[in-house]
Amino acid sequence: MLQWLANPENTKPLGLVIFFITFCLIVVWVYGSKRRGEQLEEHRNIPFLDEEDASKDKSHG
Amino acid sequence: MAATSNPATEQYNFDIVRKFSIMTLVWGVVGMLVGVYIASELAWPFLNFDSPFFSFGRFRPVHTSGVIFGFGGSALFATSYYVVQRTCQTRLFAPGLATFTFWGWQAVIVLAALSYVMGYSQGKEYAEMEWPIDLLIEVIWVSYMAVFIGTLMKRKQPHIYVANWFYLSFILATALLHTFNNVAVPVGLFTMKSYSLFSGPQDAMLQWWYGHNAVGFFLTAAFLGMMYYFVPKHAGRPVYSYRLSIVHFWALSFMYMWVGTHHLHWTAIPDWTSTLAATFSIMLLLPSWGGMINGIMTLSGAWDKLRTDPVMRFMIVALSFYGMSTFEGPLMSLKDVNALSHYTDWTVGHVHSGALGWVAMISFGSMYHMIPRLWNTQLYSVRLVNIHFWLATIGVLLYITAMWISGIMQGLMWRAFDDFGNLQYSFVESVAAMHPFYAMRAIGGMFFLTGMILMAYNCFMTIRQGQRAEQAAPAAAVASA
Repeated sequence: MLQWLANPENTKPLGLVIFFITFCLIVVWVYGSKRRGEQLEEHRNIPFLDEEDASKDKSHG
Repeated sequence: MAATSNPATEQYNFDIVRKFSIMTLVWGVVGMLVGVYIASELAWPFLNFDSPFFSFGRFRPVHTSGVIFGFGGSALFATSYYVVQRTCQTRLFAPGLATFTFWGWQAVIVLAALSYVMGYSQGKEYAEMEWPIDLLIEVIWVSYMAVFIGTLMKRKQPHIYVANWFYLSFILATALLHTFNNVAVPVGLFTMKSYSLFSGPQDAMLQWWYGHNAVGFFLTAAFLGMMYYFVPKHAGRPVYSYRLSIVHFWALSFMYMWVGTHHLHWTAIPDWTSTLAATFSIMLLLPSWGGMINGIMTLSGAWDKLRTDPVMRFMIVALSFYGMSTFEGPLMSLKDVNALSHYTDWTVGHVHSGALGWVAMISFGSMYHMIPRLWNTQLYSVRLVNIHFWLATIGVLLYITAMWISGIMQGLMWRAFDDFGNLQYSFVESVAAMHPFYAMRAIGGMFFLTGMILMAYNCFMTIRQGQRAEQAAPAAAVASA
């Protein structure tokens, strides 16, 4: 087994498969649940939790 | 015009952000000035003055380091320190270390520029610095990582906002890339010269693993971090889809690392590495465009801002150039297209549509948003921002159009055969044919540089206005008391 892993011809495709499956799992995790989706979307507002109205440039958005 | 007291300037460490913001403007002017000079050298060679100190070969890395690491790097330090504090709602960790990153980074840029003019170079693109400077970068980068991660760890906001993910991936990836691409053995302790631990195709593959990921993480991921904070913030609307930003982040992180070898098509490297890199380059189109759409759609329902707000225009045009150059990149990574485009000016044009159109424009937009807030004032002149926008846009378009024509013409001339199977054109004929487009490129650069100088002036006046208002405030309070 260790000898098999020591061969880059084996470990490179294995790494690719692991990364690909991980990525698919992330996509499923992000889009798989409506409730989780709503929770994640709430984080969109983080930049606005720290308002700085006093210094806001009045000529811009 | 008057400034009012701002709790944010007291709550956060803005001193370090201000310092890096000022140096962003300084290196922007210096780096782009050198860029215009070397573009002019190619169009009008007498500007070399027959001196090695003025030669294109020595000035070119001064330009690339000045704009990428000086201008871009300072903009990233400034905005990352700003964004991480505001989105984590905490002060910067280890302010002394943060100050060290400022002085250290400026020393790196100055030392690198001096060493290039003196003729010292590793000969690796975007990694020309010799080993003593590489070691200094290593120390500064670890300090930067400590400050950034330390700030994330003491955050008051439970969730780490996605912009910080992009910044963190840029910091981690750059540390890896810089370390492994600069493993070298110095000739002696008191000499600048060193030799890479790797050689031949291995060295080339490592260099382009570094080179393309410098594009992917330094010039893309990090500036996407900037985009994910400043576009929503300036538009006054949250990002279009947070979930899309998560997928965008992971897709970019997984895919970018595989594509570097597309810089080495048709060379001595194994053919399968070329094919693998081209395949991943094509796949990268999806997350790149997903991110671009996410940024642009943030403005959904408020498109009128594009008409009225030149800062917003900078940001959205930057995203458009991001989309355009991330379409062009995968196209050029196809082996058959690359057979025509490689070694020609098309590559130079592609790089600049990303560097000027995306990196510089998103930095301009972010700086115009951030600088008035750092000095607790308003922009000195919105009209100047508008003029800057048009100068920059015309400049980029002139530049990339010239390089498209010149590059495709070069590629076609180099591969043309006559009826007898001989090369139809000599190399010097292709050089002569390129001349008008080299002049056009230099003029495009002059437009862009003029805009940059206007920005520096506008920001200088903004800062002075903020400082004057700050000095006047206590005096007014005493007078009224």
